[in-house]
Amino acid sequence: MGLLSLMLAVPFVAAIACLFVNDRSARLIALAATLVDFALGIVMWARFDVGGAQWQFTERADLFGRFQWALGIDGMAMMLIMLTVFLMPLCILASWEAITRRVGLYMAMFLVMETIMIGVFCAQDLLLFYIFFEAGLIPMYFIIGIWGGANRIYAAFKFFLYTLLGSVVMLIAMIAMIREAGTTDIPTLLVYNFPPEMQTWLWLAFFASLAVKMPMWPVHTWLPDAHVQAPTAGSMILAGVLLKMGAYGFLRFMMPMFPDASAQLMWIVFALSMIAVVYTSLVALVQSDMKKLIAYSSVAHMAIVTAGLFAFNQQGIEGALIIMLSHGVVSAALFFCVGVIYDRLHTREISRYGGLAVNMPAYALFFMLFTMASVGLPGTSGFVGEFLSLAGIYEASSWVALVCGTGIILGAAYMLYLYRRVVFGELTKDDVKAMPDITAREWAIFVPLAAVALWMGVYPESFLAPMRGDVTTVVARLAPAKPAGDAHLAAGEPKAAEPAHGEAHHAGGVQ
Amino acid sequence: MSADLALIWPELILTIGGLITLMLGTFAGDRQVGLYQLASLVTLAAAAVAVIALFGTNATVFSGTLAVDAFGGFAKLLIYASSFLCIAVAPRFFRDTMRAEYPVLILFAALGMGIMAGARDLMTLYVGLELNSLAAYVLASFMRTDDRSSEAGLKYFVLGSLASGMLLYGISLLYGFSGTTDFAGIAKVMGGEMDTGLLFGIIFVIAGLAFKISAVPFHMWTPDVYEGAPTPVTTFFASAPKVAAMVLLTRVIVDAMAPAIGAWQQIIIFLALASIILGAVGAIGQKNIKRLLAYSSINNVGFILIGLAAGTQQGIEAVLTYLLVYVVTTIGSFLVVLQLRDREGNQVESIPALAGLSQYRPGLAAAMAVFLLSLAGIPPLFGFWPKYLVFEAAVNANLVPLAVAGIVASVIGAFYYIAVIKTMYFDDRSEAEVSGGGNIVEGAIVAASALWLSVIGYLFIGPLATASAHAASVLF
Repeated sequence: MGLLSLMLAVPFVAAIACLFVNDRSARLIALAATLVDFALGIVMWARFDVGGAQWQFTERADLFGRFQWALGIDGMAMMLIMLTVFLMPLCILASWEAITRRVGLYMAMFLVMETIMIGVFCAQDLLLFYIFFEAGLIPMYFIIGIWGGANRIYAAFKFFLYTLLGSVVMLIAMIAMIREAGTTDIPTLLVYNFPPEMQTWLWLAFFASLAVKMPMWPVHTWLPDAHVQAPTAGSMILAGVLLKMGAYGFLRFMMPMFPDASAQLMWIVFALSMIAVVYTSLVALVQSDMKKLIAYSSVAHMAIVTAGLFAFNQQGIEGALIIMLSHGVVSAALFFCVGVIYDRLHTREISRYGGLAVNMPAYALFFMLFTMASVGLPGTSGFVGEFLSLAGIYEASSWVALVCGTGIILGAAYMLYLYRRVVFGELTKDDVKAMPDITAREWAIFVPLAAVALWMGVYPESFLAPMRGDVTTVVARLAPAKPAGDAHLAAGEPKAAEPAHGEAHHAGGVQ
Repeated sequence: MSADLALIWPELILTIGGLITLMLGTFAGDRQVGLYQLASLVTLAAAAVAVIALFGTNATVFSGTLAVDAFGGFAKLLIYASSFLCIAVAPRFFRDTMRAEYPVLILFAALGMGIMAGARDLMTLYVGLELNSLAAYVLASFMRTDDRSSEAGLKYFVLGSLASGMLLYGISLLYGFSGTTDFAGIAKVMGGEMDTGLLFGIIFVIAGLAFKISAVPFHMWTPDVYEGAPTPVTTFFASAPKVAAMVLLTRVIVDAMAPAIGAWQQIIIFLALASIILGAVGAIGQKNIKRLLAYSSINNVGFILIGLAAGTQQGIEAVLTYLLVYVVTTIGSFLVVLQLRDREGNQVESIPALAGLSQYRPGLAAAMAVFLLSLAGIPPLFGFWPKYLVFEAAVNANLVPLAVAGIVASVIGAFYYIAVIKTMYFDDRSEAEVSGGGNIVEGAIVAASALWLSVIGYLFIGPLATASAHAASVLF
């Protein structure tokens, strides 16, 4: 059994075990299984050969007759799997005390979710990918519906049907692709040249599906509902990993498989991204519910990701990938910040809080760090991603870069405004005064998240290096179709021994 | 003639076994449940063995009126297996009202369905269909003291007769304008210039058969009959006759009407889309689980018809695979319904009464959730696979708009399936709690089918594809 199969099997077996044991054992099993998977993830990263073969850890087994159990990862997939296995133990810890009803089922759903997410990122067969991709609906439906807030039923239905409607059209496109190319093998499809007029239809079908998952304006409306109603850990995993599936689909399928259509229809992506950045940022500004605010900020961040991807150049795509990873960590952390005070006061109303800096200083510190990371302060992970992707977007279109740039200003506005209302101000309310500072368990969740956010901000090369080759491959694949940008950048005199394309990242990251 | 007899062993076994069971019931009395149950089950098992023994045969018997081939064999195995289960679960349901006529009627219905599956002539088609239907009318009203059951039987009979009338009218037109009742002969005539009479014949024959598979707009009887009939009978109606009628329709279309694709394809496409959409919309708001499953079967028939609309060998393979998975899912879900009883031991059929089922009967609720999500075709459950196959067949037959419309409409269907899951999992426990209690055999069948439909089924795609390809290839 290969490493990837093992990583899929561990949480799956643990999920089944969780169904048959009492609450305490279920928590322990879930934590142990996710930690084992995290350890396996570290082994995977350590053994990943940067600059080696494009697809590593490949496995092939003819289990299903018509399609294969085909697994394998490149750098992008590996980083997203790392994100998943890193967040999962924290999610289990975050629900340690908050979940008291039907703990076994809850833990089982989370572990199944982990299996599915890893499966999405490492599937090398189109049908296997689709099965994992859509299977994620079921556990999330249960997580929102059983352990969610007051309006959970509506949110669970909306989440399920909305995302299902999106993904089914993609299935028809996949069937057409399989018919045309005669294979379900993703690496083969990646280099297959579909006829241009067919590409347009396939692109639109994939876009319909992935835009909902992403989510892009105007099909983002399921996200605020799902986030607000989901339990804390549900929101963490939804924002942290599930939203990345859409962007992963863009980068894995739409761009390299339909390069002509991508170039032809990039204006749709740019237009929707620009609207999303400005519109959802403004919407976030007026929210009175903390989770809703962070949900809208996720939509805005994802819009910068899509714009960065469709810049069709190294900086844009690498920046988008770093935003994905950064947002995965930071938004999960922010949702946990909300969860911490929600567990104490049982409300998400921003106006019910105030002055937390006085009685919860450690909490205020962590919340500050993640707020800054979300805003994109240099030194945090947010800055690296936003800088790189905006630099890439500028090369493609200065107007898009201008509009997306305002999103960063607005982002600072709504995040700092949120922070001021919750943490600063007078500590007047008696129930807020009675809130104790964070516990050892909450420390244990915050510290790794903070460490990664800073690591990614200070030395992003650790995360960029494994992905660089894959991005180069995609950029090369897109190059023949790439339209000329409106900003004609002239390269300066290159410094002596520095590799040319590494320069931008160091410039963005280390200074 | 005697050579022909050697090829119809399954039918002979069913006839003789059915008569023996009837005698046992008459002379030993209705109290001897074990005795006539055993006789009927052994008969079905023996008939299935005979079908397997004949699986490689590809012949016609009785002057070409009946085919003995893998296509019919595939269907017969499904029919016999579901009849077997429907007989096996009956005594626990009927208790004191169990009578020997029940297994006898199912045996004769199975015989009729076997003939339907092999029919290559309009006359055998009609004989098989009526043999099955007459048994089914009586079965629907089997609980004769129950108003709903009698009503179901009467409704089924009146509407069924109407459908038989339409079918006969279509048959007479086909015969009148082609001069033969043989499928191959009709196909030859259809290859020439298309006559208005032939067109009407096609329409009426398809309409009559659409009634049997309960495709919209000939579905009106389905919810009422499913609701009113005793649950084991409903289980039977939802499984075996669906297979038989679908296989019969497939054979009529591929063997007799293939050259007139322009005439029948648009009818099938209409039936498919109408069934998918109406089956989905009609199920919303249903409060009775049996009615809901009735609409679900209408909905699923729509998807099967997409495979038939493609009209290719790949499409027919998809139809066969779909039928198999559909039968497993349907029988599993009806077995769950059979286990739902309140404290007094009465059947529970109302969906609101299932509220919070997952909290006190987690296994049963989980199995039901698997069946419903599988019917909805959500991966990773195995119900996804046959849906994939029919859509693939449609796309490969250049029916992309049909595939897109069908798959988008399937999202409407997902709504009511997840609504039932919501009741079982998200709602608080209801007052009218289901106490349930089933026996080990039923529980094992439910568990096995649920497991197979979860992810294990995918491991069987290879053998399933081989079997369905072998079965479908005899038609082309």
